[in-house]
Amino acid sequence: MNVDTQPEKLTPKDFATDQEVRWCPGCGDYAILKSVQKTLADVGAVPENTVFVSGIGCAARFPYYVETYGMHTIHGRAPAFATGLKLANPDLDVWIVSGDGDSLSIGGNHLFHLLRRNVDVQFLLFNNEIYGLTKGQYSPTSHIGTQSPSTPWGSIDNPASAAQFALGAGARFVARSVDTDQKHMPAILTRAYEHRGTSFVEIFQNCKVYNDGVFDAFTARETAANMQVMAEHGKPLTFGAENQKGLRFNPGTFKLEAVTIGETGVTEADVLVHDETNKSLALMLVAMEPPTMPVALGVLYCSPAGTYDQGIAELVSKKKSDDKPDFNKLLRSGHTWTVS
Amino acid sequence: MANVALAEPPLDLTHREVVDSAVVRFAGDSGDGMQLTGGQFTLATAFAGNELATFPDFPAEIRAPAGTTFGVSSFQINFGSRVIKTAGDAYDMLVAMNPAALKVELGGLKTGGIIIADTASFTDRNLRKAGYAENPLENGNLAKYRVIPIDISKRTLEAVKDSGLSNKEALRCKNLWTLGFVYWMYGRKRKPTVDWLERKFKSRPELAAANIAALNAGHTVAETMELPTGVHGYAIGQAKIEPGLYRTVTGADALAWGLAAGAHLADLPMFFASYPITPASQILHTLSRMIDYGVVTFQAEDEIAAACAAIGASYAGALGVTSSSGPGIALKTEAIGYAVATELPIVIVNSQRGGPSTGLPTKTEQSDLFQAVWGRNGDCPLVVLAARSPSDCFDVAIEAVRIAVKYMTPVFILTDGYIGNAAEPWNIPDIGGFDKIPVTFPTDPEGFHPFLRDPETLARAWAKPGTPGLMHRIGGLERDYDTSHISYDPDNHQRMTYVRRDKILGVAKDIPEQGVELGREGGTVAVVGWGSTYGAINRAVSNMLDQGLDVSHIHLRHIWPMPSNLRQLLNAYEFVLVPEMNAGQLVALLRSEYLIVAKDLTKISGKPFKISEIEDAIRHLFGDRP
Repeated sequence: MNVDTQPEKLTPKDFATDQEVRWCPGCGDYAILKSVQKTLADVGAVPENTVFVSGIGCAARFPYYVETYGMHTIHGRAPAFATGLKLANPDLDVWIVSGDGDSLSIGGNHLFHLLRRNVDVQFLLFNNEIYGLTKGQYSPTSHIGTQSPSTPWGSIDNPASAAQFALGAGARFVARSVDTDQKHMPAILTRAYEHRGTSFVEIFQNCKVYNDGVFDAFTARETAANMQVMAEHGKPLTFGAENQKGLRFNPGTFKLEAVTIGETGVTEADVLVHDETNKSLALMLVAMEPPTMPVALGVLYCSPAGTYDQGIAELVSKKKSDDKPDFNKLLRSGHTWTVS
Repeated sequence: MANVALAEPPLDLTHREVVDSAVVRFAGDSGDGMQLTGGQFTLATAFAGNELATFPDFPAEIRAPAGTTFGVSSFQINFGSRVIKTAGDAYDMLVAMNPAALKVELGGLKTGGIIIADTASFTDRNLRKAGYAENPLENGNLAKYRVIPIDISKRTLEAVKDSGLSNKEALRCKNLWTLGFVYWMYGRKRKPTVDWLERKFKSRPELAAANIAALNAGHTVAETMELPTGVHGYAIGQAKIEPGLYRTVTGADALAWGLAAGAHLADLPMFFASYPITPASQILHTLSRMIDYGVVTFQAEDEIAAACAAIGASYAGALGVTSSSGPGIALKTEAIGYAVATELPIVIVNSQRGGPSTGLPTKTEQSDLFQAVWGRNGDCPLVVLAARSPSDCFDVAIEAVRIAVKYMTPVFILTDGYIGNAAEPWNIPDIGGFDKIPVTFPTDPEGFHPFLRDPETLARAWAKPGTPGLMHRIGGLERDYDTSHISYDPDNHQRMTYVRRDKILGVAKDIPEQGVELGREGGTVAVVGWGSTYGAINRAVSNMLDQGLDVSHIHLRHIWPMPSNLRQLLNAYEFVLVPEMNAGQLVALLRSEYLIVAKDLTKISGKPFKISEIEDAIRHLFGDRP
């Protein structure tokens, strides 16, 4: 039975279930799981008030490994389940875990509407640019030319950009992190947890088996420093091993450009300062791609607005009377007549 | 404007023919307001103390090109002093607001029936659009009917000329003028309509006044004009109706109220998720206004999301409900399977329409029975109920909620476009007369796992998020019987499949035994129906009993599982006849379940059965006897 005592502070281990984790050895999902469990402990999440909802795919196994409530649902539809859950009980803290196929292919429509409505949930998109659970077909985020069982001569269609999609759909919180970055990700997830509204987090996740090294251009030890910009609100958008590089806005081309401080007259003052409330800047940051530009990570956009669940809750409290609903009154509304 | 309607004297019966029932069909362009006209006639008829049944019949196009045959919108009402079971086979009076309406609807008029036609609309252009080479009002082709040609347009304009309305607005009062005319013909009182107009146009009193003036003018003209030989006013006595407080109700409203009442009886918040689709949308509209009755509605981005959101809400501990019509139900299929696998209670309403695919969106059909009973991947059993009439939707909805939460299962409610749109008088029940629906959410972590079953119902525990110590994960993957963890074990899968099946079959122990509506238990012919064919079957069987034939009417509410005594009951008849508005679905189910020789009677025209069609089939069976 429940005893009314002050709960001890929970540790990441308290958020692990007794289930054996069954991802491939070396999968980026292990690191993400660890980060999420650490975040839950850090923010003092209440296990019984937390629900993890997922669709189908490798990432979608996630809820089985988190000691909270959880729903492993059907392919692409986790946002819809989560919306119903959150509207039925707005006090729940809801996390959605999804992959690039689940959220941008079969479930693209639901993600779009989740973001548009701004339902207060955290949405984690594990982007590995491949279908893992079905054995390696190319995904909607795969780069052109991706060779896979279904594209033996290389994929032809244009990839989708998850973060550009999210901003286009009206997301009020867009962040990015890398699976193995155990320092950065808990901080980003904490921000996502604290944000009211849909917090969209794209996590670049390496698929060891079917797409190994696909993000090496900006995540490998030798490239990371020069190809990652860690965006922090109010701080200059610098990068490079000695922070000697930065992003500058070129009003002539209306584009961002990578510059080196001290070269060709560039000073620190020329480097853009990150403003996470500036959507135009966010749109430019998420569009940057190697090899010409670094990849922007961190909280790229955060501009809170009213949430759908809050709107519904307000409507309910405005329209609902204190009395118990009187169904006899309802059934007798409008024209009635008596037969005696 | 003088309001003559309110001083309505009692009906002078000396010049009226007394009839025990009549069928009137109002037909016009989609924009002529025929549904509104029919609705008002229904209200006035209910006030007159008659029994009644209606059939709104309208095109899928909101505003089809004016004057075309495919743009004709009709409303049929059958009313009388005797028990009325259907909207009527052939009609006694046809109101044709234009040539297209006459063209489309003439075939259903009785020989000798009355045609009221607006001559102003019988222009060359409109005649051509309707496919008439010459004016049927003038060429003698309607000789076997009694035609009352009236320039309704001109008379309406005269009636409302002081209203200050534009010509276009004034002509919109045509339907009220016509309604006034028909009110006099059948001795209806105008007051309910006058009251309604004053409420509806509260902010535009000039529109209310003009419409009332048109109504009164039509009434006066009918009273004073010289009608064709043999045509006069009619009088219909009051029906013997069970005492009580009555209202008219459509199936869509009764269903919406029943769902909310069911949730209320179960002391659960209700979450209704839906995507607009004809003819199911009215349920969403009605529920959307019921926030103060514990209902939250969600217009989802698509059918799939609506089903998934409802299931998400059920996981949270609310009563999740979703609603659609055939094509939308098809999209929800995977989600419904998920609710079966995770054993969460949801109610799914299918307002059936003509299929397959987009089919006939505004026409009625009963062709989704297979879809409801069997239409999912895997062995995927659930409960299926069917409503027989508009008011029956209320009781069926409460029954669906009861079974869903008691057995932790999705429950289908099959209704159809006919039931949803049609209105009938309803002896309003007392909500206090319904049993409470007990629901308990577990709170004790001792020995808990989410698929711990009630030994009697086999229902699993409904542990909702927010409950300390009961954190658990559910999903569509097969789970172990004893631990609820994911399991690929072959024996376990067989066991779980049987448990899911047995749980649903066990519902049969918890529903009433199948009764006989009319006739005796056992005998020569049983006519077995389900859903909206109730009225037509019941009247046909009643008529055949009057003629001395040994025939019974059995009507199923519980489609799956079927009542436990049904096999025995059907085996007690020589013949089983199953009329359905599909190509033979219940009949196939009965044959396969009970190995009985059941005969089908199918109608897939988008229109309800006529009583005579069922009578003919019954007679045929007796003629076939060796």
